[in-house]
Amino acid sequence: MEDLKTHILEALGSAVNGAEISFGELVLHARREEIVKTMAFLRDDPLCRFTTLIDLCGVDYPERERRFDVVYHMLSMHLNHRIRIKITTDEDTAVHTLIGLFPNANWYEREAFDMYGIAFDEHPDLRRLLTDYGFEGYPLRKDFPLTGFVEVRYDEERKSVIYEPVNLPQEFRDFDFMSPWEGAKYVLDEETKGEEA
Amino acid sequence: MTEVTQIDDRKFTINFGPQHPAAHGVLRLVLELEGEVVERVDPHIGLLHRGTEKLIEHKTYMQAIPYFDRLDYVAPMNQEHAFCMAVEKIMDIEVPRRAQFIRVIFSEIGRILSHILNVTTQAMDVGALTPPVWGFEEREKLMVFYERASGSRMHAAYFRVGGVRQDLPQDLLDDILEWCEQFPQKMHDIETLLTNNRIFKQRNVDIGVISKQDCFDWGYSGVMVRGSGMAWDLRRSQPYEVYDELEFKIPLGKNGDCYDRYLCRMEEMYESTKIIQQCLRMMPEGPVLSDNKKVTPPRRAEMKQSMEALIHHFKLYTEGFHVPAAEVYTAVEAPKGEFGVYLVADGSNKPYRCKVRAPGFTHLASMDYVCRGHMLADVSAILGSLDIVFGEVDR
Repeated sequence: MEDLKTHILEALGSAVNGAEISFGELVLHARREEIVKTMAFLRDDPLCRFTTLIDLCGVDYPERERRFDVVYHMLSMHLNHRIRIKITTDEDTAVHTLIGLFPNANWYEREAFDMYGIAFDEHPDLRRLLTDYGFEGYPLRKDFPLTGFVEVRYDEERKSVIYEPVNLPQEFRDFDFMSPWEGAKYVLDEETKGEEA
Repeated sequence: MTEVTQIDDRKFTINFGPQHPAAHGVLRLVLELEGEVVERVDPHIGLLHRGTEKLIEHKTYMQAIPYFDRLDYVAPMNQEHAFCMAVEKIMDIEVPRRAQFIRVIFSEIGRILSHILNVTTQAMDVGALTPPVWGFEEREKLMVFYERASGSRMHAAYFRVGGVRQDLPQDLLDDILEWCEQFPQKMHDIETLLTNNRIFKQRNVDIGVISKQDCFDWGYSGVMVRGSGMAWDLRRSQPYEVYDELEFKIPLGKNGDCYDRYLCRMEEMYESTKIIQQCLRMMPEGPVLSDNKKVTPPRRAEMKQSMEALIHHFKLYTEGFHVPAAEVYTAVEAPKGEFGVYLVADGSNKPYRCKVRAPGFTHLASMDYVCRGHMLADVSAILGSLDIVFGEVDR
């Protein structure tokens, strides 16, 4: 695996920002602009031959400048190894689609767009996939509330399904079980007891 | 009279589902037809989307396990397995040997559960009504084993981080062994109904042919790959638990059509039965849950005596355990293909991100590609052999 890592780093040069091996998994930090080139290399190089795109997903880190990770998992059935490729992007910057290399990227990218609002350049059919027709917002973003914004019910008078703003008869309970001995944020400071100095 | 304007009345669009018995759940297909030939398929999925991944981000690691039962709900424990393995990988927890055998036994029971359902309902889609009735009798017995192990017929939450919830009683093991002895005969009976059945063959042979290149392009795994003649099985190529000590064959298809995939599934059930028998024979005595007190809860009896155990119990069932910040991907050979979990932990007691890689999702994504040029009636045959369960596709 160490050899593979060196090989990939040498061959791709400036197209990647680095690589590491953690928990026996090879992780490649690629540059967004070069993602198609990187993936084409990984697919076709005789030492890599990552011919199967196993998974593609987004991860949200709202506190970062470029808040999204796009994570690709690749598998080589020929050489029996795996790799994870990560790139970063934000709400406005599109990632180039991989449909040309892997047709199954189509739905994965639609899902990432649906869940996070990550845009994919030159995707032929970037519609929402999993959420309801006419859904608004990106549910897997960290700033999207767990309960959502609308709820549906069947209205007997209008004889149709209607959308209404979420009404919680009981306040949403998000219990915080973090131990006060292990640095939970709500523990008051020893000196000031929470009062401004 | 011959001068009537020719309107192209052969082209039309029909809506298939979302409530349709051959859709295996809630799938809406928009089919564009030219006469009876399918020109384009646009699957609309998400009708069973429950936001599993979002919910998991708000639950502790132990509370997240039951969500995995509800993904592919015909083989629940296989899913739990992938998640438990992911957490164990980050925390470097060793699973006791007896627990590994129990996990393999129930993974294989899950495989048989799923394959029986798939094979027999596929037969039903193409017109045979007896196989489901015979097959479901066996499924019922297997679900009773689930119930006797975990207390629940389907949503077991039996695999836990560090092992399994509790040990299996000896009489359950005896009953499973007894079941294994009679099961091949039952399978044989179903085979006599289907394998050489002319109608079944007419509906499945040369339908939905998948080449080896298609397998790579569309990210297939599991039976979809093996049906096309590639010997790829995670149990063999990237073994986990005790699979490397067990003897089993990997059945391969030749032509990659629906019929070969049916044959593969039938053979796999025989192999799974053999795996269960081997496990029952080889299984040692011993603990079934890791003795890492910070991760696995104490036994009830211990709590009556030990203050430490009581504290651990309270902490584990309220706060849960903390998983150090890391990212891992683990995959198991679920009945439908590679089921993977990409887990991002941030050091707290809840997963930061838990992406579920469901085999059915990728398989359904290729629906348009596979169905093009087939007849309308073949759509349900192809859908059946892709082995779709909406719990995992929609998540």
